[in-house]
Amino acid sequence: MALRIASPCVNCWACVDVCPNEAIYENKPHFAIDPGKCTECLGEFDDPQCASICPVECAIVDSVGQPLNPPGSLTGIPLPKLIEFGMAHAHPASGAPA
Amino acid sequence: MELPVIGRPIEAKSGCSASGCGTAPDKLAHLPDHIRLKVQDHPCFSEEAHHYFARMHVAVAPACNIQCNYCNRKYDCSNESRPGVVSEVLSPDQAIKKVLAVAAEIPQMSVLGIAGPGDPLANPARTFETFRQLSEKAPDIKLCVSTNGLRLPEFADEIARHNIDHVTITINCVDPEIGAKIYPWIFWKNRRIRGVVAARILIEQQQKGLEKLVALGVLVKVNSVMIPGVNDQHLKEVSKVVKAKGAFLHNVMPLIAEAEHGTYYGLMGQRSPNALELQALQDECAGDMTMMRHCRQCRADAVGLLGEDRGAEFTLDKIEGHEVDYAAAMVRRQEVKAGLLQQMQAKRPPLPPAAQSIVFMPKPASRPVLMAVAAKNGLVAEHFGHAREFLVYEASSAGVRFVGHRKTELYCSGDDTCGEGDSVLDRTLRALESCEVVLCSRIGYEPWSKLEAAGIRPNAEHAMEEIEAAVTAVYEEMKAAGDLKQAPAGKKVA
Repeated sequence: MALRIASPCVNCWACVDVCPNEAIYENKPHFAIDPGKCTECLGEFDDPQCASICPVECAIVDSVGQPLNPPGSLTGIPLPKLIEFGMAHAHPASGAPA
Repeated sequence: MELPVIGRPIEAKSGCSASGCGTAPDKLAHLPDHIRLKVQDHPCFSEEAHHYFARMHVAVAPACNIQCNYCNRKYDCSNESRPGVVSEVLSPDQAIKKVLAVAAEIPQMSVLGIAGPGDPLANPARTFETFRQLSEKAPDIKLCVSTNGLRLPEFADEIARHNIDHVTITINCVDPEIGAKIYPWIFWKNRRIRGVVAARILIEQQQKGLEKLVALGVLVKVNSVMIPGVNDQHLKEVSKVVKAKGAFLHNVMPLIAEAEHGTYYGLMGQRSPNALELQALQDECAGDMTMMRHCRQCRADAVGLLGEDRGAEFTLDKIEGHEVDYAAAMVRRQEVKAGLLQQMQAKRPPLPPAAQSIVFMPKPASRPVLMAVAAKNGLVAEHFGHAREFLVYEASSAGVRFVGHRKTELYCSGDDTCGEGDSVLDRTLRALESCEVVLCSRIGYEPWSKLEAAGIRPNAEHAMEEIEAAVTAVYEEMKAAGDLKQAPAGKKVA
């Protein structure tokens, strides 16, 4: 079980500093999670720390690619607005930007 | 501890308002020496100093621990100038290299700030490592830091230890209900917390941090973003509260919200205040404390005088292999600083005897006039068409005071990408709304006629004169010509 970092990542370091397992490392084009070290914070915190501080939606995804912070969940911008401005897709699965 | 405030004579309230008042030129004279020394060459804390001294920000703090509705961490545009935007994030070592290169090249750079692009105190290791190295390698540079305040109580002592004597806290509210409309979440004690609960924690931490810093003798400036319909009326209360706690300056800045920035406010159509609304609120807050009106809301990697950005000259690839002899640079910097302080001193008319400031001037009041100045180094020295911004002064029978600035190119410069179908000149005319006169060193025929058609008088007769003297002279000319008896000629620019 491990979380993954996806393309919306802006390389802000916030998750690196809060990860209790030092599982996150600098990488190109964006930071990455070492699946061997990531525990999804089970047993340590109520919520995975990286997903709790990450400032961008859809950057932290679970093992099946579902974003922990789906579109609109952090900014409060309604999904139709995000779609109108091309910041999310109308795709029903997750709405995550490709 | 209550600090005296800049620009407000303690003996008596004279005719001029709190900050940037042309009739009380030595605005720092009444401050205790240790405070005057701290601010006299700080462009962000002293309106006078910003004409002479430059600042730079190093972007070593990318992480943030709160979300503000006016911020979008995904957006970066090199043409943009607004807080939170940077072109490259630096490691502490890279930052030191850049600071030394800039300090040697721009000796009037007096201040190094860490302002983001996230929150410096959400990046404590990178932020304090940068400060530690700098105080060792460049002890002549003043250090300052900006923060949202969430972790300020935790780091106040460390801030004081690093000899950081200027801190800016962004405080947009003291009421959690209002806060919930500005901050969707905070990261606190290992959890993402939302709504009113989150805002309450943030506000408590900000206020506690402010109190701690004041107790430690650190100068605190409070920044507030004016968001019409959300916190605009409330900011008067904020001003009162932070003044009572000993903040040194209050800087009310206009919201920047464009849909293309992808922020909550931008996409939801939240409007920004116009220049007059901003000025009115600043005036109302000024009753309570010194207001700062010369802020340019610069980028988290800005370099140079306020209003200019020379960051592109000092990118990592350009300073690569650049060896700086800092000992030699420091000698030169010292000379330049002494020269600039002397120039500032020479420009100040002698202080009137204290008793005079109590006498109310029984002159008949004539109506105030707003004048826009294309300025350089405190003089009317810029060509109209080259001005990237205009400084706005209000002349009245009480004297001349600086009330703000108007940008001519809003945040973006490229017509191709940001084109709205109107020319730069049209946009400039709109930016100058409510000004009756434009002072500049030169002006072309086309803008001259367009200004006149819009009811604004162009004036290039005071080129190279000191700004406040020029504004006073034009005001006196208008008075003599009887122009002040009638309402302003200005037509609203479409």
